[in-house]
Amino acid sequence: MTVIYMDNAATSWPKPAEVSAAMIKTMEEAGGNAGRGGHRFAVAAGEILYQVRETVAAFFGSDDPFRVTFTANATESINLILKGYLKQGDHVLVSPLEHNAVMRPLQFLSQQNIQWSVLPAGKDGRINPALIEPMIRQNTRLFVICHESNVNGVIQPLHEISEIAHSYQIPVLADCSQSAGSIPIAIDCEGIDFLAFTGHKSLLGPVGTGGIVWGSHVDVNQIFPLKQGGTGSASDRYVQPDFLPDKFESGTLNTVGLAGLKAGIDWINRNQQNLVYLKKGELFREFLNEIRSIRRVHVFCAEKIENQGFVFSLTIDGIDNGFAAQWLDEEKGILSRVGLHCAPLAHRFLHSFPAGTIRFAASPFTTSQDFEACIEAVKILAENTTTLH
Amino acid sequence: MKEFVLLVYTSSHAIGIEKKLKNLGVPCKLSSIPRNLSSDCGICVRFDEIGLKTVEDLVKTLPFDIQEIVALES
Repeated sequence: MTVIYMDNAATSWPKPAEVSAAMIKTMEEAGGNAGRGGHRFAVAAGEILYQVRETVAAFFGSDDPFRVTFTANATESINLILKGYLKQGDHVLVSPLEHNAVMRPLQFLSQQNIQWSVLPAGKDGRINPALIEPMIRQNTRLFVICHESNVNGVIQPLHEISEIAHSYQIPVLADCSQSAGSIPIAIDCEGIDFLAFTGHKSLLGPVGTGGIVWGSHVDVNQIFPLKQGGTGSASDRYVQPDFLPDKFESGTLNTVGLAGLKAGIDWINRNQQNLVYLKKGELFREFLNEIRSIRRVHVFCAEKIENQGFVFSLTIDGIDNGFAAQWLDEEKGILSRVGLHCAPLAHRFLHSFPAGTIRFAASPFTTSQDFEACIEAVKILAENTTTLH
Repeated sequence: MKEFVLLVYTSSHAIGIEKKLKNLGVPCKLSSIPRNLSSDCGICVRFDEIGLKTVEDLVKTLPFDIQEIVALES
């Protein structure tokens, strides 16, 4: 049975062949520790990291490679900002579609009297910019916006939100876990101050890669590092370096994984016009519209198609989500993602808590045949809820 | 010809500077830091006197500080 992988919002698969090739090449030819020592392998590893910084910076519209900080994933990036920037008594505004990568650190920080509120939004969770200002308090110190929801694919109006936030001198942390690689993002144009990304979803890199891109005007002196340790620099001192990129990058970086991330981004740069944004966008919209037309299927997606990313989810009347997902896997080879998607806030807002939904997420490698197979399979489920039980 | 080293605070900066200098046509290379100059574990950029002016001009445009440019004793 052919596998139809529709769990790309969890992690993308397959990766371009260039990704694993770059990782193997790095292991074999640049096996030193970047920044530690001056021998050829250490320098080769450092040069690879620099190339990745250049690639990531350019991809997000930044002209300074050193304003890219590498982390293991978006969760670590978000933790770094929330715990390094917020102070006791601060207030944070979040979108209704935040992932637990945001909500769990915020819940933890509530012990330090850091409070959060949810921004007003439409039924699909898309923030209504006109209703933001009354939510801003004197102690509001940060906006956290999930750029593209991992539950229903809603894309938030980042630029409009940022304009309002900045008029109050409040920075914006954008969680671009889903959007990075599938939606063009120019950090300064969008008004993002802290851009958190992961490498293994739409950027097509391996797991264990991610980072932060700092807006060009952001003063990193106001952020405390999440961890301290060896950087290969200022080695005669116990004090953590205060300059980028070392300030936030203690410990050996995942050079092998980051080389793979660069290969993934390079692949997107070569193919984006044909595959990701245009052709696949049309296919995905057709797919979504077909699914929405099936009786007894409830689709969780953006109210307006122009606000829709490459993710949506659904439930089917009369059938358990877990059973449906299992049937899709075993009978049709379709790999979907069932549950709460680590986003209970989003599911509560969308009234799909606690059962959650079945999620479908495409990648540049998803074909029209894959979409057709999913449509047919969901139709069978919706039409045979009694017999399939 | 007199040789110089450009000392920076982190190897990442050395790699970035070396790339920019090569793009500007300045012969240079990355090398281990002479231990009498710094206790850092990393690397510096080594270049000849002919590139000194270009290096000094480049340093003024960088978004980060360097440590110093040091003439190497022969």
